Amino acid sequence: MVITQLITSFIAASGFGILFNAPRNSLIQCGLVGMFGWILYYFLVERGMDVVPATIFAAILVALLSHICSRYYKMPIIIFNVSGIIPLVPGGIAYNAMRHFVENDYYTAIQLSTQVILLAGGIAIGLMFSEVVNQVVRKVGRLRG
Amino acid sequence: MEETITIEKICMLAGKIMLVSGAETNRVEDTMNRIASSLGVKNPQSYATPTGINFSVDVAATTNSLRILKRSTDLHKIAEVNDVSRKLTAGSIPIHEAFRQLKAIERENSEYPAWVQIIAAALVSGCFTIMFGGTWEDFLPALIAGALGFTGMLTFERVVEIRFLAEFFGAFLIGASAYLFVSMGFGNALNMVIIGAVMPLVPGLHITNAIRDLMSGHLVSGLSKGVEAMLTAFAIGAGVAIIYAFV
Repeated sequence: MVITQLITSFIAASGFGILFNAPRNSLIQCGLVGMFGWILYYFLVERGMDVVPATIFAAILVALLSHICSRYYKMPIIIFNVSGIIPLVPGGIAYNAMRHFVENDYYTAIQLSTQVILLAGGIAIGLMFSEVVNQVVRKVGRLRG
Repeated sequence: MEETITIEKICMLAGKIMLVSGAETNRVEDTMNRIASSLGVKNPQSYATPTGINFSVDVAATTNSLRILKRSTDLHKIAEVNDVSRKLTAGSIPIHEAFRQLKAIERENSEYPAWVQIIAAALVSGCFTIMFGGTWEDFLPALIAGALGFTGMLTFERVVEIRFLAEFFGAFLIGASAYLFVSMGFGNALNMVIIGAVMPLVPGLHITNAIRDLMSGHLVSGLSKGVEAMLTAFAIGAGVAIIYAFV
């Protein structure tokens, strides 16, 4: 079961890399970043954690890995970030929410939309958090140096 | 005077390519300012929104503006512009060479031909069905419906200028084909097939980017990107819901 999740999330993340026209030599890294993020999320949710904090932790992991990749391969971080975060993005729920709106089921639709906003906010917080840590590390290093 | 014009031109061109390729406004402004500072501008002012760029070399200097109508996601070009800007800032290439390279990047086609993207969209659809808890019986129907929907969106986008209509049409194709497959007994959970197949169209990235922009203080870009994402999600939801309305 976990192996299925690993393989599908790898293909999904690198497939999105192709849809977003990521450079050819970054596709495998994109897939790996997405895979690790999704697996962390999957484990946390399996262990009974709520989806929002699980998304935040997974997003932090994705951002950290993207930072490492962008340093190592000298490419802008957005390449790894964007494809890596895709499995966590609440696209499915966003679509579901809109479907309920269109079907006049406003009660469920509002609930789902709120969840979308929270999850998107969680992803943004996760991404920002690692950026802030990165900046702080750099600034502290400069102060010491 | 001659040089000032070139600085503005190169900054605008770099900003334009990045914005059209879907970079965050933060990064666009940062790159433009960096290029300008490396060319000796003390106080560059840049203001980017998803629909346009303003740039001037000083607070009271002439302001250049540029309208942006079409946006897509093209990470390859962002990486290349970043590379040029890095070289320019490091001083390893002269300004006219950088300008020539940027022009070449602007003319480039996308990294992958359409058929590769369609195959990628198909695989993404199938894999998301499994990731969201679907069974393997739903894998193939989602794969085919996803490929059909993405192809439909690409073709329709060439005919009609309005992107939301293209997305609506793509989602409609997905809903129709998924319904046909499931009613023929090919795949069992209609919802799972559809959710996987619409993933290549869903604006998940825009939602996240919008919130990131809002948090970093780019309020105008954040709001407009959020609205764009909402409209896209609405178009997709409506396209699929037509099917639900008729069955």
